[in-house]
Amino acid sequence: MINLVLEFWPKLLNGLIVTCELVGLSIILGSPLALILALLRVHGDALVRHSASLYCFALRGTPLLAQLFLVYYGAGQFRPSLEALGLWQFFRSPFICTVFAFTLNTAAYQAEILYGALRSIAPGQEEAGRMLGLGAVTRLLHLRLPQALIVALRPLGNEYVMVMKASALASVVTVYDLMGETRQIFAKTFDIGIYVIAALIYLVVVELFRRFWSLIEQRMTRHIGNVSISAVGDVGIASGSAEAV
Amino acid sequence: MLAGASITLGLAIATLPPGLALGLALAMSKASDTRLVRAFGEGVTTVFRGVPELLTLFLVYFGGQYLLSDLYSALEGGQPPEISRFAAGVVALSLVFAAYSSEVLFSAMLGIHGGQGEAAEALGLGRFQTFRFVVFPQLIRLALPGLANNWLSLVKDTSLVSVIALPDLMRQTTSAVGVTKAPFVMFGAACVVYLVISAASSLLIGAYSSSLNRGFAHGS
Repeated sequence: MINLVLEFWPKLLNGLIVTCELVGLSIILGSPLALILALLRVHGDALVRHSASLYCFALRGTPLLAQLFLVYYGAGQFRPSLEALGLWQFFRSPFICTVFAFTLNTAAYQAEILYGALRSIAPGQEEAGRMLGLGAVTRLLHLRLPQALIVALRPLGNEYVMVMKASALASVVTVYDLMGETRQIFAKTFDIGIYVIAALIYLVVVELFRRFWSLIEQRMTRHIGNVSISAVGDVGIASGSAEAV
Repeated sequence: MLAGASITLGLAIATLPPGLALGLALAMSKASDTRLVRAFGEGVTTVFRGVPELLTLFLVYFGGQYLLSDLYSALEGGQPPEISRFAAGVVALSLVFAAYSSEVLFSAMLGIHGGQGEAAEALGLGRFQTFRFVVFPQLIRLALPGLANNWLSLVKDTSLVSVIALPDLMRQTTSAVGVTKAPFVMFGAACVVYLVISAASSLLIGAYSSSLNRGFAHGS
């Protein structure tokens, strides 16, 4: 196993970098989309609300692999019109297609989390903000979002880990991420050890991220005395009442 | 595609019993008094929650094949039988399902008051009886929402077996695309089938959940 690592570490490293790019881009692009979706679900009129909910339901109810195929292979069906629009280059790259599909997917999951978090804030907060004459944007940015994010922090961390794990699917559409490189090395060497090594790399990355995230969590909740995170719902209530006073 | 959908459902349903049993075993090992047993439970959970499902599947499928041929050459040689893709799918998905479910079951166990065990002991119930008649009925009620989530992930994860060429819904759709040349329509249709499966199982679980919660005024 050691000589496998010694022989192929540049490939594995390249793969890991591609994986990180994939995950990072999807999360960075997906988060604002998720916030918009969540806000639409809270504030939109009936039609907007239901469309946003339908979007979340559809993307959460189907496998990411199916969505990826829908984007990557499905785009081929519209090749003439995509070429006319100048978008064909965009959909021809497996990497871009993967980022696109992952972004839409994680946006749906994150929107669900944020929606729940925004709804967990007591309505009195919003009323108090209005009484103080704060504008709608100020109320959102300084009153509701900070509290909602604390409630959403842990599930968001879990979602990022899910994206990291799901990124292995990119290898199926010929992206050479960590999984893609590993499959290629396996096809050359037929050594099962390489899969074990890849599993270890994923484990280490995920575990490091978990540690990092719980540090952030501790820092973000220090003003409410690091309430045990197992009671996520209570954190929102605690912070709500603290600021209401 | 219909045949594929039945394989998808069959795989998910076949995964459920071993996955749940293993999940329960892992949850119990996490609640154990022995440190080593506890560490084992935590370790298994961490591994299968941290490694991508696709990689777990490959490890089981290819790794299983290697183990089998090693076993054969160690014994007397001869051609080892090829490992069944369906079985590899069931094993890999069970491991993942068990890892996630053990977390749900473990926290549900914490939700059952310790005095209940003492009461059962006072009534002269054995350990198995205590579990079967006292702990389990409460456990299932507390754990059902979390398990329902895991079931929905499981249905979606079955799509991964198409990568090792098991003719499930995803795989059949891919071959249908080769014939019809209409990938967007076909994969869209596959998505609709998955949605129908998810929605139908959500309804069923919802009905079961409300029947479990009928004794509770604020049925959550």
